[in-house]
Amino acid sequence: MSDPAVTHTDPQPGLTGFVSDWSSDKTAFKTASWGKAMIWIFLLSDTFIFSCFLIAYMTVRMSTTEAWPNPSEVFALEIGGVHMPLILIAIMTFVLISSSGTMAMAVNFGYRRDRVKTTVLMLLTAALGATFVGMQAFEWTKLISEGVRPWENPWGAPQFGSVFFMITGFHGTHVTIGVIFLLLMARKVWRGDFDTGKKGFFTSRKGRWEIVEITGLYWHFVDLVWVFIFALFYLW
Amino acid sequence: MVDATHGPDAHAAEFPDVELYHPRSWWTRYVFSQDAKVIAIQYASTALAIGMLALVLSWLMRMQLAFPGFLTFIDAAAYYQFITMHGMIMVIYLITALFLGGFGNYLIPLMLGARDMVFPYVNMLSYWTYLLAVLVLVASWFTPGGPTGAGWTLYPPQAILSNTPGQESGIVLMLVSLILFVIGFTMGGLNYIVTVLQGRTRGMTLMRMPLTVWGIFIATVMAMLAFPALFVACVMMLFDKLLGTSFFMPALVEMGELLPHDGGSPILFQHLFWFFGHPEVYIVALPAFGIVSDLISTHARKNIFGYRMMVWAIVIIGALSFVVWAHHMYVSGMNPYFGFFFAVTTLIIAVPTAIKVYNWVLTLWRGDIHLNPPMLFALAFIVTFVNGGLTGLFLGNVVVDVPLSDTMFVVAHFHMVMGVAPILVIFGAIYHWYPKITGRMLDNTLAHLHFWVTFLGAYLIFFPMHYLGIMGVPRRYFESGDISFQPPSAHDLNIFITVMALIVGAAQLVFVFNLIWSIRHGKPSGGNPWRATTLEWQTPETPPVHGNFGRELPVVYRWAYDYSVPGAAEDFIPQNQPGTNPPHSEAPKKRRGAKS
Ligand code: HEM
Ligand SMILES: [Cu+2]
Repeated sequence: MSDPAVTHTDPQPGLTGFVSDWSSDKTAFKTASWGKAMIWIFLLSDTFIFSCFLIAYMTVRMSTTEAWPNPSEVFALEIGGVHMPLILIAIMTFVLISSSGTMAMAVNFGYRRDRVKTTVLMLLTAALGATFVGMQAFEWTKLISEGVRPWENPWGAPQFGSVFFMITGFHGTHVTIGVIFLLLMARKVWRGDFDTGKKGFFTSRKGRWEIVEITGLYWHFVDLVWVFIFALFYLW
Repeated sequence: MVDATHGPDAHAAEFPDVELYHPRSWWTRYVFSQDAKVIAIQYASTALAIGMLALVLSWLMRMQLAFPGFLTFIDAAAYYQFITMHGMIMVIYLITALFLGGFGNYLIPLMLGARDMVFPYVNMLSYWTYLLAVLVLVASWFTPGGPTGAGWTLYPPQAILSNTPGQESGIVLMLVSLILFVIGFTMGGLNYIVTVLQGRTRGMTLMRMPLTVWGIFIATVMAMLAFPALFVACVMMLFDKLLGTSFFMPALVEMGELLPHDGGSPILFQHLFWFFGHPEVYIVALPAFGIVSDLISTHARKNIFGYRMMVWAIVIIGALSFVVWAHHMYVSGMNPYFGFFFAVTTLIIAVPTAIKVYNWVLTLWRGDIHLNPPMLFALAFIVTFVNGGLTGLFLGNVVVDVPLSDTMFVVAHFHMVMGVAPILVIFGAIYHWYPKITGRMLDNTLAHLHFWVTFLGAYLIFFPMHYLGIMGVPRRYFESGDISFQPPSAHDLNIFITVMALIVGAAQLVFVFNLIWSIRHGKPSGGNPWRATTLEWQTPETPPVHGNFGRELPVVYRWAYDYSVPGAAEDFIPQNQPGTNPPHSEAPKKRRGAKS
């Protein structure tokens, strides 16, 4: 007679494994802790938020009565006398993607319980993220000084400015939250909270190494969203 | 449905994740509590309190419709503010919050054999954010211009134009409050979903979960995917209002003046709103479906008919409800092919829904029906839901909807299906679980009084409205004046409806009295007054204490519906009772021909 509590123990491959995981007791995802399951579901919900923003943007762009300004021109910079379309955005994208790389390495060292390397890589990721936000601030300032406002801009459809500030602002907020979170968690890694299981200040739960990976999932998500914003807003 | 037995060492290891927070002071125990049961009660009391406001508003509206000019403080602006606040509070701040925040928090951990939600701290934040949202909403009564009168759908452009009541600040507070609600809900929703997926006790497989949990679970998943659209719509409308953007605002002339807006799309808002709004109907309906299934099975002492089908119907309804939203926009105009598509998907939802109704009826069939208050409310729900569902089939068709749209027929339809029906389940559920929450029974006589007045009264209120609607009486009208197509009898009917509404309202006061009075004076209930099988009734203490299940978590050996098993010592076998059913056990029979 089998134990009702354990429908199976080892993960099975393919569809069978999927079905037996889902129909088993205790957990549906055998390898995911509570925290990881939570962040995945949160990200799914957040995906819907960003999708709504982007779909709304596309609708507005198609329905507006005035011409849409040309993003390659709007986001061009003169560097050393050379006119470079989208150069800043390209650099920003590069920075953010690189930060995903450092984050992935941080997670890797987190698994190996390497406090020093994990801390350094998390700080590096945070620094890249902060650079991204800084460049975004520069971009905002430049556009504002050129007369772009949420309700108008010198080149065409007023929704251009609205969408720009709203979507990049919302994404920038995500990055900023990520940076703050990275700094806080880097401090905990450094102090060794996750080795001693020190309790969190608010949650009074034991700190765990997996938080590094959870932070990483969030960070990669924010990165991925940027790719869509880049493609749909700047390149279209 | 005992599919396995097992040895005595079942209680051995708990999850490594489990780590219970222990409150140390009065404040962390009762106010800033992280215990899902306390949070549930906080959610429920807040929701019921704000719901009373919405109820009072409905009386005021009915007074105005029946006796125009009698209450002098109701002018057109006030009437629209009442409508808006009534609708929004009822749908979101009462029913959604009560089903998911209230029942979800109370029942999910208890029914699944968990000690608490998986992230108690986040769960606590969820409640306080919800409370903040409610306070912001209420605050709009005290700002210049009062709350918004845009209708609960908040359609732009009119929602933020200068002649709409509450456009000074009411609309802003409404949008902020909704955004807060979504944020608060997300924190709670993560808990409900992860607890169901990852926090069950030993032996509690997904297919042994009580249908209540299934309903709340799927509704929460839907809410996590539908509320984003509301969130985005609110953010964009806030920008339109505060920053002067034109997401939803086309070029407009108002009072001879060209507004500074240009090129926005009001239809975009409608799409976003209804992408949230239609799933919202099922967010309040699915928990009701689940709860009703359990009430019926328990109080008819029979296993639920077609458990698997019930689960799949819930899942399919949840999925389909994301592709029907534009049936609310037939009169906004759309490509006829789209209208066709949305009409078809809308009608298809009737199939899984009908399956559920049949299964409820078949569960009742030859059951040992105890007509106690929870059962009465459950039966009333079935009737009412079928009724509202049928008019829904009418309205789902474009050609029928277009003339009926914006008439009292629609008001009657949605009150039946998403107003009265879920509220009946909420009542039934409160009568059912109150003994577990307080350890005392609610007074039976008052309960019967409450039931009959509410049930019959609701029909007397909303049935005539169908007729009014077919006659063409419009919805959202402050006063109908002398409209020739409306015979005088329509007015008499209006007076009748209003009197009924006041009586039904008074019956709710009886209910509230019963709730408060019985906390101290109710008959002690014992741990399992309904002789039910699910885990929340098997707790060592009633009301359950912190940690829910004493030293060891229960282990689950069977599904939730082992009622009247032939040969068993009692007519119910709790889910945590080990062993197979008695040897000659025939029932609960698997459906003939079904492999499962
Ligand atoms: C005794 C119970 C109730 C009465 C007497 C009542 C009465 C009314 C009245 C008179 C209106 C305005 C109709 C019009 O002129 O357009 C209305 C609108 C509405 N009610 Fe109720 N109601 C009740 C319960 C509920 C419940 C439980 C819900 C929960 C879903 C609800 C949701 C709504 C909504 C969404 C609207 C539409 C608001 C709008 O048009 O913006 N009502 N109700
Ligand atoms: Cu709908």
